[in-house]
Amino acid sequence: MVAQNIFFAIFAVIMVVGALRVVTSNNVVHAALWLVTVLAGAAGQYILLSAEFVAVTQVLVYIGAVMVLFLFGTMLTRARLGEETDLNNKTWILGIPVALLLFGTMSYALIDSFGDEKLPEDATVVSTQVISDQIFGPYLIPFWALSFVLLAATIGAIVLARKD
Amino acid sequence: MIISLDPLLTEDFTATVIAIVLLKVLVIFVVGLVATMLMVWFERKTIAGMQNRVGPNKAGPFGLLQTLADGIKLFFKEDLLPVKADKFVFRFAPYLSFVPAFLAFAVIPVGGDFRGDTGGIVTWFGHATRVQLADPPVGFLFALAISSIAVYGIMLAGWSSGSKYPLLGSVRASAQMISYEAALALSFGAVVLVAGTMSTSGIVNVQETLGDWHVVATGFVPFVIFLMAATAELNRPPFDLVEAEQELVGGFNTEYSSIRFALFFLAEFMNTITMSAVIVTLFFGGPQPIRIGDTALDIPLIPNDLEGTVWLLGKVLVFLYVYVWLRGTLPRLRYDQLMNLGWKLLIPTSLGWFMLLAAQNVGQDRGWNTGVVTAVSIAVILICVMIVQAALKVSAANREREGSVF
Repeated sequence: MVAQNIFFAIFAVIMVVGALRVVTSNNVVHAALWLVTVLAGAAGQYILLSAEFVAVTQVLVYIGAVMVLFLFGTMLTRARLGEETDLNNKTWILGIPVALLLFGTMSYALIDSFGDEKLPEDATVVSTQVISDQIFGPYLIPFWALSFVLLAATIGAIVLARKD
Repeated sequence: MIISLDPLLTEDFTATVIAIVLLKVLVIFVVGLVATMLMVWFERKTIAGMQNRVGPNKAGPFGLLQTLADGIKLFFKEDLLPVKADKFVFRFAPYLSFVPAFLAFAVIPVGGDFRGDTGGIVTWFGHATRVQLADPPVGFLFALAISSIAVYGIMLAGWSSGSKYPLLGSVRASAQMISYEAALALSFGAVVLVAGTMSTSGIVNVQETLGDWHVVATGFVPFVIFLMAATAELNRPPFDLVEAEQELVGGFNTEYSSIRFALFFLAEFMNTITMSAVIVTLFFGGPQPIRIGDTALDIPLIPNDLEGTVWLLGKVLVFLYVYVWLRGTLPRLRYDQLMNLGWKLLIPTSLGWFMLLAAQNVGQDRGWNTGVVTAVSIAVILICVMIVQAALKVSAANREREGSVF
């Protein structure tokens, strides 16, 4: 458990520094790369929690697909080399209360539902089978609902790309 | 505790256990480097044979040391840094390309005796272990994740060079790799469906006889799709639009020189070897011997623990030859052909085949009539094919009206 705590601290520090650099960096691609660091840190945390499948999926989906598409898009359009001065607009100050609100809500939700509960000492790896049984069993309806989000995104992309 | 179900790591960590793991890491790294060196030689020599040339023949016997000489030469070349380059990312990109090439090998079973009930477990220095670095339950998903990270190296190399051709090359590369990853993952899904496990050693373990090899058990189509998608993922000919010399000078690595260029070069060849090993593991039984019914081919004079490695090596060599062969014989695809092949043929076919296999699986579980299930699946697939064809026709007509070339 000691080793896990030490690594949790290391990952946490990396993630916090990365997250701060995402918003302070003056270059779009650098910001995206810092975001990759944060997402990779999250994958590391999942591994510490013995959630291998979630960790690998995090890498596969967020680092391997979402961020690649993000970088691809910015490279095609506006990823200049060097510093850019016009990345911040005037409404950035509005972000602070929103972030605080989000932090408060999430902290409340976490403390409310878990409280003083402790993780079991000898955490075993949750097999992929158990996860899929859960997703396609009790959580089938939310899973379907989520897939409609993807459908909406696909239709949106087609509508945007069509010229007529 | 976590990370791996390797029997080696379920007990207490002792000095021997750590030594075995370190030994495995070292062997994979060194063998990987040497294999890459030999692969470059093999490719040059074979291509030369196909083109009626001699190929490298001066350095060492049969020119075997030519790659080593080239490598040493590259070490001493000047390391150029373009004025406009993004310095940190430019220096960092080659490693992003080089490291994943080796990482994927960590989950591939490179040997072991899979006959009988041992399931590939061998005993080294009094410890039961597998002849692979790690055997996580998510196995091949890890390999897929690593291959999706590999695109970063190419993409960032092109962008950070601060020059047009590399940027074009890297944009092409990322588009190509994203497009073909879907087909790759779907045909991999077919294998997982038939094998019933994602762990690499588990997938090898179920491919006992020739009929169990997934190339047969999944019905050949996923294998063909996987081979094509893997070639595209590797950016090898006929899908090498990433570096298309006639159009882009050298693609994403145009501005690179010296050791950084060598790293990209190494990564490319190492990836070819890794991908061949992945194909062999997924579809051709990995370290399993060729076995029909109860009679297995046995290589004489080699101890059983080593025989798996010999089989794997032989099978991987076949695929390495196939890759060189493809390069020697096929012309490069045009960009629109590449995208058409990926999106309109490979992804729908692999998805349809996956559904077909899933229907068969469910049918067997529920005891439905196999003939009826097959007939219904084929009818559904035919309808889907017709819908896709109709959609393609409409979009082609639309584009023609707009006056597009393709």
